[in-house]
Order: sequence, then C-alpha cells, then structure tokens
Amino acid sequence: MSPFARLRPHVLRYRGQFAVGLVCLGLATFFSLLGPWVLRYAIDDLTADVTRAKLGRYAGGLLALALAGGVFRFLMRRIIVGVSRAIEYDLRNVFFGHVQRLPLAYFHANRTGDLMSRATNDLNAVRMMVGPAIMYMANTGMVFVVSVGLMLSIDPVLTVAALLPLPLVSVAVKRFGSAIYRQSERIQAQLATLSAVVQESLAGVRVVRAYGREAVETARFRRENQEYLERNGALIRLQALFFPSLGFILGLASLLVLWLGARHVIEGRITVGQFVQFNAYLVMLSWPMIAFGFVTNLFQRGLAAWRRMLDVLDAVPAIVDAETESDAATGGVAPIRGRLEFRNLSFAYNGHPVLDGVSATVEPGQTLALVGPTGSGKSTLISLLPRLFDPPRGTVFIDEQDILDLPILTLRRAIAVAPQEPFLFSQTVAENVLFGADGAEGVDLAETTERAMAIARLDKDLADFPQGADTGVGERGVTLSGGQKQRASLARALVADPRILLLDDVLSAVDAFTEDEILRALRDETGSRTCVIVSHRVSTVRHANLILVLDAGRVVERGTHDELLAHDGRYAGLHRKQLLEQALEGA
Amino acid sequence: MVTDGPASTDDEVLGKAYDARLMRRLLQFMYPHRVSIGRAFAAIVGLSVLQLAPPYLTKIAIDAHIATGELDGLDGLAMVFVVVLVLSYVLEYVQTYTLQVTGQRIIFDLRMRINAHLQRLDLSFYDRNPVGRLMTRVTTDVDTLNELFASGVVSVFRDIFMLIGIAVVLFIMDWRLAIVALSVLPLIALVTQWFRTHARESYRQVRGLIAQINAFLQENITGMSTVQLFRREARQFEQFDGINTAHRDATVASIFYYAVFYPAIEVLGALAVAAILWFGGAWTLQGSLELGSLVAFVLYSQRFFRPISDLSEKFNILQSAMASSERIFALLDTPVAIESPPPAVAASPEGPGHIRFEHVWFAYRDEHYVLEDVTFEVAPGQRVGIVGATGAGKTTLINLLMRFYEVSRGRITIDGVDIRNMPLSALRSRFGLVLQDVYLFSGTVSDNVRLGNDQISDEDVGRAVAGVHADHFIDALPDGLSSPVAERGATFSTGQRQLLSFARALAYQPDVLVLDEATSSVDTETEQLIQDALHVLMADRTTIAIAHRLSTVQDMDTILLFHKARLREQGSHQELLAQRGLYHTLYQLQYQEQEAGPVVAESAEAV
Repeated sequence: MSPFARLRPHVLRYRGQFAVGLVCLGLATFFSLLGPWVLRYAIDDLTADVTRAKLGRYAGGLLALALAGGVFRFLMRRIIVGVSRAIEYDLRNVFFGHVQRLPLAYFHANRTGDLMSRATNDLNAVRMMVGPAIMYMANTGMVFVVSVGLMLSIDPVLTVAALLPLPLVSVAVKRFGSAIYRQSERIQAQLATLSAVVQESLAGVRVVRAYGREAVETARFRRENQEYLERNGALIRLQALFFPSLGFILGLASLLVLWLGARHVIEGRITVGQFVQFNAYLVMLSWPMIAFGFVTNLFQRGLAAWRRMLDVLDAVPAIVDAETESDAATGGVAPIRGRLEFRNLSFAYNGHPVLDGVSATVEPGQTLALVGPTGSGKSTLISLLPRLFDPPRGTVFIDEQDILDLPILTLRRAIAVAPQEPFLFSQTVAENVLFGADGAEGVDLAETTERAMAIARLDKDLADFPQGADTGVGERGVTLSGGQKQRASLARALVADPRILLLDDVLSAVDAFTEDEILRALRDETGSRTCVIVSHRVSTVRHANLILVLDAGRVVERGTHDELLAHDGRYAGLHRKQLLEQALEGA
Repeated sequence: MVTDGPASTDDEVLGKAYDARLMRRLLQFMYPHRVSIGRAFAAIVGLSVLQLAPPYLTKIAIDAHIATGELDGLDGLAMVFVVVLVLSYVLEYVQTYTLQVTGQRIIFDLRMRINAHLQRLDLSFYDRNPVGRLMTRVTTDVDTLNELFASGVVSVFRDIFMLIGIAVVLFIMDWRLAIVALSVLPLIALVTQWFRTHARESYRQVRGLIAQINAFLQENITGMSTVQLFRREARQFEQFDGINTAHRDATVASIFYYAVFYPAIEVLGALAVAAILWFGGAWTLQGSLELGSLVAFVLYSQRFFRPISDLSEKFNILQSAMASSERIFALLDTPVAIESPPPAVAASPEGPGHIRFEHVWFAYRDEHYVLEDVTFEVAPGQRVGIVGATGAGKTTLINLLMRFYEVSRGRITIDGVDIRNMPLSALRSRFGLVLQDVYLFSGTVSDNVRLGNDQISDEDVGRAVAGVHADHFIDALPDGLSSPVAERGATFSTGQRQLLSFARALAYQPDVLVLDEATSSVDTETEQLIQDALHVLMADRTTIAIAHRLSTVQDMDTILLFHKARLREQGSHQELLAQRGLYHTLYQLQYQEQEAGPVVAESAEAV
C-alpha cells in the first residue's frame, strides 16, 4: 500500500470536520473577494457624483464584508488546524502503542534518539502536511480560480496580459525549488559530518589532551565548519535569486495592468473603479502564487517524514503468541506452578553462539543458581524465560509446556525479573516498587509494598530519604546508590508476587551484611516460589538446590555447594578466592 | 549556567525575547562584519523606498493620465516602473545574499569560539557535562541563532522600514487622510499586544508539554524491557495518552489566538480602508483630494498591514534565539580551571626527568579523597608498576601527573619543578599515554598513529607499527596504513586496537611511557604479541604502568601497592612477597584466579 493510502484512514476519520472547514474557507474567500467589488462602485460613484450617505453605505459594506470574512477565516483556521492536531495526537498514540510491542532486539538495533525524533519532528512534518498544507492549498486554489474568473468578467484582454508572466512563477518555483531542496540535503549531510567531528573530539578528549591534539582537532573542525559555511552560501545564493524573482514577476504583471489598463480606461472599455478592483485582485493573487512553492515543500517534507514513521510502524513485533491474548485474559490456561526445564538449549544472538547444550530441571519451589564469568551466557539464559528473546522450539519448558506455546501475558505474569542494572523510572521510590503490582483484586497495595521493601531491606534507607518512600529517584534513579537501585528493583519484582523469581546478579552492589539479611528474608518468604539466581558470590548461591557453573555458554560444573566444593574445581577455586578477598577487604 | 540537570529542562526555559546584555554580546560577534552589515542595510533602505513606488505610480497614472485622458507620458511611466522592478530585484539580491552570508560567517565564528573553548576546558568539566548536551550547544543552539539571522532580524528591519516609509509617503500625499488611515494603529497595537501575551504563554505551555513528551519517550523507550516484563504496557500507554492529550489541548488552545489575530488585523485593515473611503471620499467630492491619491491610499493600506502580522511571528524566533544564546554564552563563560602558566612564571625542568609525588591528596568531589597523602618518586629510566584493587586511586595518579585534574593538596614535580608551573603542552608531550580503553579516530590507520603530528614521517609511522608487531594485521588490510578506520575503530579487534595505541606511543618517542593496562581478554596469540610490544616500548624508557595482573609487573624495578586511597607497600616483587602483607594476599588471589580459570576473571577490574 502506498504511504498516502496508509495515511488516508487517519485523515478520513475527520472528513466531516474537514468538509465544514473547507466550506468556511470557501465563504471566507467569497467575502474577501467581494471587497474590491464594493470598492469599484465607490470609486466609480466618486468620479460621477455621490451623496455622503451612499459613501457611508460603501464604507459600512466594506467593513461588514471584512467582518464576515474574518469570522469564517477564524472558523477555517480553528477547524482545519485543530483537526491536524487531532490527527497528530492519534498518530502519536498509534506510534507509541506500536513501539511498546516491539521486541528488545529492535531497541538494540535502533537508537532511542532516532525513535524519539520520529515521534516528534517527523510527526510534526506529517501534521503540517495534513493541516496547514491542505488549508493553504485549498485557499490558493480557490482564490486563484475565483479571482481569475472575476478578472475575466471585468476585462478579458487585461486578464490575459496580467496572467502572461504567471507561468514564469511556476517555472521559477519548480527550477529553484528542486535546486534548493538538493542543496538543503547537502547542508543537512554536512551538519551531520560536523556533529560527528565534534562528537569524536569530545568523546576522545583524554587522548586529544594527552597527545596535544587540540590544534589538529581545531583544524579539522575549521575545515568542516568552512565546508558547512560554503554549502550554506550556495543555498543562500539560490534563495537570494529565487525570492526576488517572485516579486519581479508579480511586478511585471502589475506593470502590464497599469500600462494596458490605463489605456482601457481612457478608451472607456472599463471604468476607473473596475481598474482599481482589477488591481486589488492582482494583489490578492500574489500570496497564493508564493504559497504554492511553500505548500509543495510542506507536502514533500511531510511525505518523507511519514515514510520514516512507517519504517517503525512496519517493524513486526517479533514475539507473536501462538494463541490469542484473549485466551490468557479469560484464564483459559491452567495457572503456572513453576517447574522449569531446559532441554539441550543452544541459543545464538546476532550470529554469535551464546548458549551451548544447556540442560537442567528445577522443581516448583526450588532454587537454581548460575555462576560464571561475564559473557558466559547467564543473563541470556534468564532473559529467555520471560521471552525477551525467543529460544528455539523444544528447548525451554515451564510445567512441561514449551514456553513458545504459553500466552506471553500468562508467562510474564508468572515471572518477575530483577536485573543487575535495573531501570528505574523518574518517579518516587514507592511508585517504582508498585510498578510490579498487577493492580488487581483486593490486594492491599500499601501493605504489599511495605512487605516487599522490608524483604529487600529498603526500609532501612527510607529513613534517610527526605520524603521516605515518596522521595523521587530522579532520572534512571540517579539519586539512589547502586545498591539502593538494585534493592528497589528487587522489591519491585517481589510486589509482582511471581511464581518464578529471576534474580540477575541483583545484589552485586549490596554489602555482604545486608545481602545476608536479604537472602534470609527471601528464603523465609519465597517458600513455594521457584527461583533462578545469578551471582558472583558464593555466599549468595550456597543454599541453592542446584548450582550450574557456566563458561562460554556451556555447563562446566553442576551440583550443590557441598558437592562442588568436594569436586575441588572452578567453584571451589572461586570459594577460596572470595575468602581471600574478604581478608583483603578487612585490611 | 551549564548545569547537571536533565537535558530536557533546557527546552523548557524560555527567557525574554529581548535581553540587552545578551544583545550586546551578540553585537560583539557582528562588529567584525560591520562593513557587510552596513551594505546590507543600505540595500534594505533603498529597497523600502523602491517598494513604495508602485502605488504612487498608480496614483500618477490615474491623476495625470486616466483622469485627463492624456496618453503621452504613460510609456515613460511604464519605463520608470520597469527600472523600479529591475532595481528592486538587484537590491533584494544584494540585501538577502550579503546579510545571510554575513549571518553564516558570524555563526561560523561562534562555532569556532565554542569549539576552541571546549578544547581548553578541563576534564572535570567533561565529567559533569555529557557529550550529548555539549553537542547540542555546538549544533542545535547555534542553529537557532542562525535562524535569527536567516529570517528573523532581516525581515524585522525590512518590515520596520516599510512601515516608516509608507507612513511618510501618506503624510506627504495628504496629511489629513494619513491621520485617518493611521488612526487604526492604536487598535492594532492593542490587538498585537493581546496576541503576543497569550501566544507567548501558550507557546511556553506547548514547549513544556513537548519536553514532557520527549522525556516520557526517552524514559519508556530506554526502559521498554522493564515495561514489557512487568506487563505495564497498558498503564504506560495511559500515561502517555494523558500527556499527549494535554499537548493536543494546549495546541488547540493556541490555535485560537492565531485564528483570532490574523483575521482581526485584516478587519482593522478594512476599517482603515472604510475610513479612507468615508473621509477621503468626502474630500474628493469637495475637490480637496485627487482621486488618484485616494486610490493610492487604499493600495498603501493593503501593504501596511502585512508587515505587522509578520513582525508578530518573528517574536517567537527572537525568543528562542535569546534562550539559545544564553546557553551558549554560559558555556563560553565557564572558566578554564587548568591552564598553562603565564609565560613569565613558566618553567621547564632541566634535568633527566625525575618525577616526584609529594604528599598528594585528591578528591573528585567534596571530601571523598581517592588519594591520601601519597608520596613517591620515579627516577629517570626506572620502571614502576602500580597495583591495587578497584577504587584504590591508580588511574587518578595518571590523571594528576598529566594535569587532567589538579591536585587538591601537595604537589607533583619533575626535576624539582612543580608541574603547575610548566606549560601544558611541554608537560604532556613528555608522556606517551596508552589507555586501557583505546580511542581511535575516524581517518586512516596512519592518521591514528600520527595523531596529526606532521613531525612524524611516514617512515616513522612504518617503523613504529613494525616495532610493536602491528604490521602483521595492518599489512593484511586492503590499503595497509592508508586503510580507513571506522568511527571508534569498530572494525578492529580489542587486541588490534591495543597494538595500534602502542604504535602511537612509540611513534611519539616520549620520555615517559604511561600505561593503563588493558583488562579485556584477548586470545593467547595476540596476548603474546602485546607482551613483546610492551618490551619494545619500555626499552630504555621511564615507565609507569598500572597493572591489573601482577604477572605484568613482576619484573618491574619497583612496585607500588595502593589500597583504600593510600600507598601501602613499595618494593620489588620479591621484597613485597617476603613482607607477606597485602601484596602477598593479592598475589595468592591471582594465583587462585589462574588455577580457577576465567570464572573469577571478571571480579578483576572495571575502571
């Protein structure tokens, strides 16, 4: 479907209002074109003889016409531009709603700034196209047709003379327009280059300073800046030639009208009043002529922007449910008990193998711990469970059902994740914790929140915050320490009351003593909850029912804490090392 | 002020449309271009006069020819008209071109100034200000000012000249009718004032809501996986819809002011024409006014009202330009904390290069000292290894030695000269810095070795590259040393980037080699290459190496062990082991690490 066809339904929703707006536009044009008509009779009467009263009627008529025109112009603008704002609002919601459904991988491949720009700058260009551009276009067309008609009725020869130079306008608009467009593109490209140079020299500031490269960077910047200046100069030359040429062409038209019109008056073919009326129409035509180029530009930009928005709207939500979401909503699926199984799971991301033949089973209520170096695949394993990425079919099971067959909402309702680098929203502590709550059936939110914060030992910190739990955490939680952020995220996961709790190294920035408290509280509280814990610390994982040591995506050791110590392999080495580290910490 | 607040708040600040202090500073940038600006202004004045001509020529046509039926001279009148048109074209070209190009030159100067200032500001400034925000200063804010020159100022002056010109001509033609025509001006002033106040207020509201939309999108797109995991899509959408609705309503409200303003100006224009007709008509009947003058008045009044609505629109441009220049000047006013000493005080060490840290204290902020009372020295030719856990202040030592930051207390000397008394370039050129996070610039491979230093010949580059064994992989590239390097060297492996940074250090032949050792694991083959290259680099050269693996410092002359901001142990590998202190524990730890394999490697460093 063409981009225009895709936009049509969003516009046609408001066809009623558009119709009313266009009627207003027509009436406004009608009244403003009547003005010169009155002027004509007034002037013709002045050359003959006229009473004061008649003069008053003309003056009053002019004013009344202007008022009527003004009222409809007001309505036209309100309605049409208002509709464009409504369309903008619709499209922005559609856009955001779609973005919300896109998979994680999409956000890795596309920069946030780029998506934001499409939801704001591009959307605004689209709005200009469906509102003001349509309005100007209709106005231009209507004024042109009606005033040319009126001019013809006054003096056909003079009209032809006046319109003679006008084709030059569209030639000029076309020729200069495309040249200006091309040059603007070149300027935008150079601006991007210039930005890249600044970006690079600022991001590499330490190397720049250490090697005394300031002068080189300045020279490089000067070069790109100079090029930018020159490209702008070329555009300015085009514009400086283009804009006066419109005035020149219109001037030619009024020159012809003056020269030929004066003769026609003297020859008695038209009256002085008609001559003035004719001149007034010519002035009225000048704006639509200029607007023509402007409107073309609006359409071009709007269409390009809409295409960029469609790029995003066409991105397919990669995770599609095998069943419909409504099944989950009606509770057609048995509640999840929390048995996890990985069957010879291998997984590659962007062509890089991350997991290789991982198998493990966790019974409901048990705890599985994952240990291993960065990049060994621990976090990936965890992210497959809530289907942030889709595992291959037949590898990951919950309650002996392939997770690919579980409705995504059911699945995610059963699982809560607390990641190592949690993302907090710029709201209060309490709001961030409540983020995990389902907002459902008669649960005392305040109490749930309080209990979750107690388990995560966030209650201790609240006393230090100026407004307790109602203290704002700042953008991404900047006002909290790393440990506080992690514990807030843990509380958020607990509030969700999940069957399966995934803790991805969530206590790495928490001190050993607090960690111990939290772990104990968690063990008391979890009871029947299935847990998967990623950690570097032996102290965190020692009580797990099963510990997997991962390396390069493979399970290299497995067993309980005692079994692994007896095995005297990597896990045992890690254990010894941490004892030494504790000794060093105490030094 | 360049503050630490989130970037979005920048957009919400909307200052006054005119600020004398800012204007004066902007004028300073215009001063060097005063001749071109003068020329453009002369063109504007000439143009305004020319644009007054057509209605006047119409008046003559009516009074001298149409009314009298006299055709002679009409051709002459037409010729005058042609001349006016051609002259207008030329003057308008001169004016547009000169003024806009001058504007661009001013913008060029401004950009150079900002860039130059950024090149001088110290690193602690960069800690406080994210690169993204600084970029906004150099690009977006400067462009807003550009807009001021491109469309704002020019047409404002033109409009004003037009208004004055029309008023003057009207008074010359007939002062009575001029008063009649201009009597609507107070009404126009009232309407404009009403519009300006409300449009500004609603503009501010809309801008604030746009900032909110941006902030919301920014947060929700970055945190999308959190939203999805907690199934908050619907509720976040509701919030978004709330802001989106508020934005729509605010914009719809602002349409009202525009929708009233433009027609109102037109109605007032019609009022003026009606008044001209009423009074002027009467005077024409009395015979005290020529018909042509009456028509000219009507034509002039049409031209009179367009500039007024233009002027009001320019107001927003002026307003955001002021806000942008405020931010730009705040950046330019940020004092440079670390500078070369004035030439009078500048000293240069005359000796072999004996480095001393004397009771050095340092805190990045407040009283959180990362170095406390550190004293040690590095003799010329000595090789010193620095070890310690994360946060022990190792990298800070380098930052202070190269004067990226200023010591809080104590001093650092080279041959007895305080480094604060040395010109920055002289100080920094003594060191060859190799960072763990290798930064490559876009350009060619040899550009990245040479880093713009013309003193380094192609042969030197070739020798340096061969010296650190980087020639193996470089020769394999399609264009060898002239092969392009992508942004940040994305196409090279970590090991290759490391070798390139060694070649860079070797090509500069520094007196002192400063190494911040890489922790990222590379394959054993590359590891061997890197070790060999390091030996080449360190040969006959004072070396200060921050090591994360003890194996790399074992054969150093001296090892300094930092722990919790203090220098705790000092001596050779054997001496320190014999002490059975912290170094011994650290050594055991790393021994464990080798035994245990990569499981524990990650708890090493991430400075």
